Amino acid sequence: MSDLSGLPFVGVLGAPLVAAAALAAIRGYRLSAAVNAVASFVTLLAAFAFLAMKPAPGPLLFIDDLNIVFIVVNAFVGFTTSVFSASYIGHEIETGRLTRNHVRFYHAMFQAMMFGMNLALVANNIGLMWVAVELATLTTVVMVGLYRTHQSLEAAWKYFILGSVGIALALFGTTLVYVAALPVLGEGLQTMAWTNLIVHVAQFEPAILNLAFVFLLLGYGTKVGLVPVHGWLPDAHAEGPTPISAVLSGLLLNVALYAVLRFKMLMAGNAGAVAPGPLMIGMGLASLSFGALMLYRRRDIKRLFAYSSIEHMGIITFAFGVGGPLANFAGLLHMAMHSLTKSAIFYAVGHVAQIKGTQRIADIRGLTHSHPLLGWGLVLGVLAIAGIPPMGIFMSEFLIVTSTMDRMPWLAAPLVGGLLLGFGALLKQLNSVAFGEPTPNQAPGDASYLPLYGHLALVLTAGIFLPASLVQWFQTIARLLG
Amino acid sequence: MTDSLTYDVAHLFAGGMVLVSFMLLYQDRMGALLNTFALHAAVLSLSVAWQAHGQNAPHLYVTAVIALGLKAILIPSALRRIVRRLDIHREIETTVGIGPTMLFGVGLVALSIVLMLKVTPGFDPLGRQDLAFALAVILLGMLMMVTRRNAVSQVVGFMSLENGLILAASGARGMPLVVEISIAFSVLIAFIVIGLFLFRIRERFDSVDLSALNVSRGDAP
Repeated sequence: MSDLSGLPFVGVLGAPLVAAAALAAIRGYRLSAAVNAVASFVTLLAAFAFLAMKPAPGPLLFIDDLNIVFIVVNAFVGFTTSVFSASYIGHEIETGRLTRNHVRFYHAMFQAMMFGMNLALVANNIGLMWVAVELATLTTVVMVGLYRTHQSLEAAWKYFILGSVGIALALFGTTLVYVAALPVLGEGLQTMAWTNLIVHVAQFEPAILNLAFVFLLLGYGTKVGLVPVHGWLPDAHAEGPTPISAVLSGLLLNVALYAVLRFKMLMAGNAGAVAPGPLMIGMGLASLSFGALMLYRRRDIKRLFAYSSIEHMGIITFAFGVGGPLANFAGLLHMAMHSLTKSAIFYAVGHVAQIKGTQRIADIRGLTHSHPLLGWGLVLGVLAIAGIPPMGIFMSEFLIVTSTMDRMPWLAAPLVGGLLLGFGALLKQLNSVAFGEPTPNQAPGDASYLPLYGHLALVLTAGIFLPASLVQWFQTIARLLG
Repeated sequence: MTDSLTYDVAHLFAGGMVLVSFMLLYQDRMGALLNTFALHAAVLSLSVAWQAHGQNAPHLYVTAVIALGLKAILIPSALRRIVRRLDIHREIETTVGIGPTMLFGVGLVALSIVLMLKVTPGFDPLGRQDLAFALAVILLGMLMMVTRRNAVSQVVGFMSLENGLILAASGARGMPLVVEISIAFSVLIAFIVIGLFLFRIRERFDSVDLSALNVSRGDAP
């Protein structure tokens, strides 16, 4: 069986790559939407296969307990987004906002982006991971600019410039890690492998690791959307096609966070290096408070949820910064829950914006009356993201607060303050959108409810009952993260 | 060939890149800016080639050739064509005056040298000074990006920043080839993307001044 164990790698990387090439050639949008979904499904199956068989680490690719979680979440949300995208794109073609050529390009780029993200997650080489993150960034840049309107070009340009500077800083940090490892591991490819770095990190020069981590945190932190380097995020979410907003929030931010976590593990392995926790706690708290405050005055519904993503990435970074088994566990759980919930919200918002013909919150009212299924789906999603009890996010937030109380009680006050701020803002905004007198529709509602309610069901299930095996698995990873 | 000569020449090229980075900061014409950038890339190419020679690492010659062909010749000439087509060769609009920018740049160079020499006490002197110069080039590139309003000169700033990254990567002994080729490759992609954007921006707004883009925030009441 040893020769078959590499098969999942072929699946998660090969399926998107082949699909991207094929989709660039297919003209019909119905066919290409179907191919897109099928390819994403194959990727998902391959990701699940990692659970059954774990290939031995190679020089370039590897899989361990940490990245497998990210891969499964990535492939799952990628698949549901491709299903949502099929109905979304159909509507855009009918209304003439996108031409067939744009859609062909969009589908090819979607799969290229999935390839980039999966490669970043399975890479066993810090250089290869960097290349993959850059690829994923570039593909999302062109998709954000897809509508070619004034605003979408501005958003794409801003995203491109800030993302490139971030990614450049990350490369300098990567070079510094290599330089630090050079005296210990010698020249060559093996010096950039995670599996080697983590074993020998204790012998590296701490001062240079510190400098490297600052660059890496700022660089990949730009991609995570951490304050103060978050500037691209709201625009990119608001102006691109909504399926891209869903994968940006649900997946790309996670991939960047994964990179930060890996380097955090390196730092933790070296006794002389500065503790990465306080830096992450600081940036996390800043993002949480800033995101929560910004929620109040939003007038564009997609920007609203973009700021909510900044808030939640802040919470997750905070949790990993606090560290310890419980906070790491909560951070991982929150990461998965946020991905599922936020993409579900964007699925609902995408259809709402199409039906109402606008993204302005003031022009969207009474959704639960006019479109009960969609409206209540959005209500459930927003309640979940705000952290209302039976949902999974409540559980992860509760765990984060308790572990903070436990380890650094003085930080619990700003954390809870930020959470409550965000909670109030979301309920205030939700009230006007979901209830009241309905505003007129611009287009008939032709929504796909399966991805939306599928995600919400998973989030609800996780909040009520987490299978023991899953808990155990997450606990193992939490210990790994230190 | 003595070690001290190897060292001195490498030092010369790396220092030359910092110098050309400064020259980029005070150019006030688009054509001159692009010429200076071509010079920047040419010095990078020399520096990388010298590293290839000094480290006995032939694969670095590939990086040097890519730097020369792509960044010193191909990209500047393509940008020149864009500039001519858009008729913007006279205007370089800065947000901060040239004088303060240069002073700030001097501060950044001092900062990066002090910082890098401080954190790498036990490393070989060539590698650490290369890193210090590379960090200076990176920071100067960022400075250029924030002080320019025009899309083309921001792009030039970004590419000079990437040159600094390659200087750092080539100075790190034996850093795998995979990385360098992919860096060059990503620059190419980046360029295509940027080119695309420039044309679209021109198409829509008749200006490549980015402040013209700064109109809608989606949050207007």
